[in-house]
Formats: sequence, C-alpha cells, structure tokens
Amino acid sequence: MMGLTAQSSGIHAFLEELNQSSVKADAIIALAGNPNTGKSTVFNGLTGLNQHTGNWPGKTVILARGNYQHRNKNITLVDLPGTYSLLANSADEQVARDFICFGNPDATVVVADATCIERNLNLVLQVMEVTTKTILCVNLIDEAKRKNIAIDCSGLEKILGIPVIPAVARDKVGLTELKDAIHKVAIEKKPICPHPLIYNESIENAINQLQNDVETLLQGKFNSRWAAMRLLDGDATMITEMLHHLKKDQRQEPLAIRRGEAHCYE
Amino acid sequence: MSVAEFELTCLPMGKIAQVIHVGSEGATRNRLLDLGLVPSTIVEAIRKSPAGDPVAYMIRGAVIALRSEESRQIKVRSIN
Repeated sequence: MMGLTAQSSGIHAFLEELNQSSVKADAIIALAGNPNTGKSTVFNGLTGLNQHTGNWPGKTVILARGNYQHRNKNITLVDLPGTYSLLANSADEQVARDFICFGNPDATVVVADATCIERNLNLVLQVMEVTTKTILCVNLIDEAKRKNIAIDCSGLEKILGIPVIPAVARDKVGLTELKDAIHKVAIEKKPICPHPLIYNESIENAINQLQNDVETLLQGKFNSRWAAMRLLDGDATMITEMLHHLKKDQRQEPLAIRRGEAHCYE
Repeated sequence: MSVAEFELTCLPMGKIAQVIHVGSEGATRNRLLDLGLVPSTIVEAIRKSPAGDPVAYMIRGAVIALRSEESRQIKVRSIN
C-alpha cells in the first residue's frame, strides 16, 4: 500500500514501483467506481487485505494496492479513489483518471451500486471510451433486492458489450466469478468490444476530422478517438497530462509500449 | 420559455419536477451532469438545511445537496 499525490510524477513513480515489485505481477487491474459503491469491500474481498472501510463519501484518498493469486497467476489490484467521472474535478478524481487513462492497466473493473445503477453507468461509459478492457461489477445486489430492484446483468452485458458480474462483496458472493472475468480479460486477453457511444452528427464529424492526426501523434499509445474528444472538450489539465505522458514515453520504455494495446473499434 | 418552467431553487419540499436544462458551465456543469442531472431527469426536493441553503434532492436514487447558486442554474418543470 502506498500514498500517491495528484501529480503525474506520482503516477509514474507508482507505475515504476509496480514494475519493480518483488512479487512479479502477471496483470495489473484498476478498480474504479463511484464513492460508496463498496469498492473497498470488493478490494478487500479479492485481496484478503483487511482495510478499514467506512461510509464517508470518497474516503479512499490514497491509492491502495493488493495482490491475489487466481489460477496460478499473480494479479495486482489497484484501488482507486471513488470518482463520479473521468472528467476530473478534484485531486482524487485526477488520480483515478490518470491511472485508468495513462497507467494502461490490463483491465479496469468498475464497481457500481445496484441500488442506484443509473447514476453509476455514467462512469462505466466513460471508462469504456478510454479502454476496451472494462469489466462491470454490479455490487450490493442484495440491498437492491430489498428495495425491489432487479438488475438484468445479461441484458446490461448485451447493451454495453462488456462483461457484467453481479456481486454481494460483503458476503463474498460473485467474487470468484469476478476473478474469472478478470482472468479472461487480463491474462487470456479475450477481446472485448464495448459498444461505442455515438454522439450527434456535428460532434462525430469533428472527431473524425481530428482522429487521423491524433492517431499519428499518439502512435497508438492511447485511444485516439478518446484523445480527440478530450481535445474537443478543451480540458487544459487533460491536454497537459497527455503531453506529459507522450514526452515521458520518449525517454523510457513505458508499460504502455511493453504491453501494446489493441482497440477493436478503430 | 414555457410558463411551467422554473428554477430548481423554487421547487417546494416534497414536490417533484423534471429537468429541462442545465445552464451552468465548465466544471460545475460537468459535475452536475456526472451526478445524473441531465435533461428529463426526475428530481424531488426532500429537505432543507436549517439555513435554507443547501437543499437536499433525490436524484436517480441518491440524495444530493445542492447550493442555491447551483440549483438556480437548473431549469425544471412540474410534473404530476
């Protein structure tokens, strides 16, 4: 476990440490989700670490990590701060955003609260736009049932185009299925084709105009459609961060290049 | 602007309304959209803080407190 500042140097230091870790990780998995979705409970359930869990919104202010073994593979799990969005507003959200966008994890698990899944799907869609290797874990299924809410996980799977795993992390329900899903995506490299979000015509035209040039500049380092959209947003912090990562990549061989990443809808 | 359209700030406690338009800009707009306040969302005013500001709203299954400077930017219409 280690603390991390919002600075991008922190992300790089963190990635380097992950690389040099004494336990060789076969895959690095990011764990994301809105605040109070039981993300830390999923983390503890998977890794067996007994982290303190409380009910304060966004209480996970440091980046925790833990390991587990599944089917003879070492999986490193990174517990990101709770976040509503990748269009970062706070330092916490920036840490989560930077890790998902630039840390190039082998899979990103988004934990969603089954009792108010609608609001959680916003983050799911945003993560799906960055990385095809997205898994949705719908947690608190038992509480939803108590409120007469039934979640059609296979229906969600069809609509989103990503694996969807129902869970009650507190009672360790669904965690084996989640480990299996992570194994398929991160180890077996089973391709996932999330259904791309199509925006209105004017936005799509603007994205198309930019995307080829962006693709050339990025040299496949991140998703060019996503990068083009962030340029259209004009989010200065995101653009600075992207430039920083591109420069960094010229100096040292990053995780991103070593692994290589394919996007199935490009 | 239709007659039925008003600012979310004016929604009485216990009443529900439907979002028509989020007028804020930049980071505030992003935040409100991230919290689920998109056009056609149903919002219920559920309680006022002692000073009358902020006000807690039920939005897509979660209770969210908004300052009047934020809720003033949100145009809603009554539904019933």
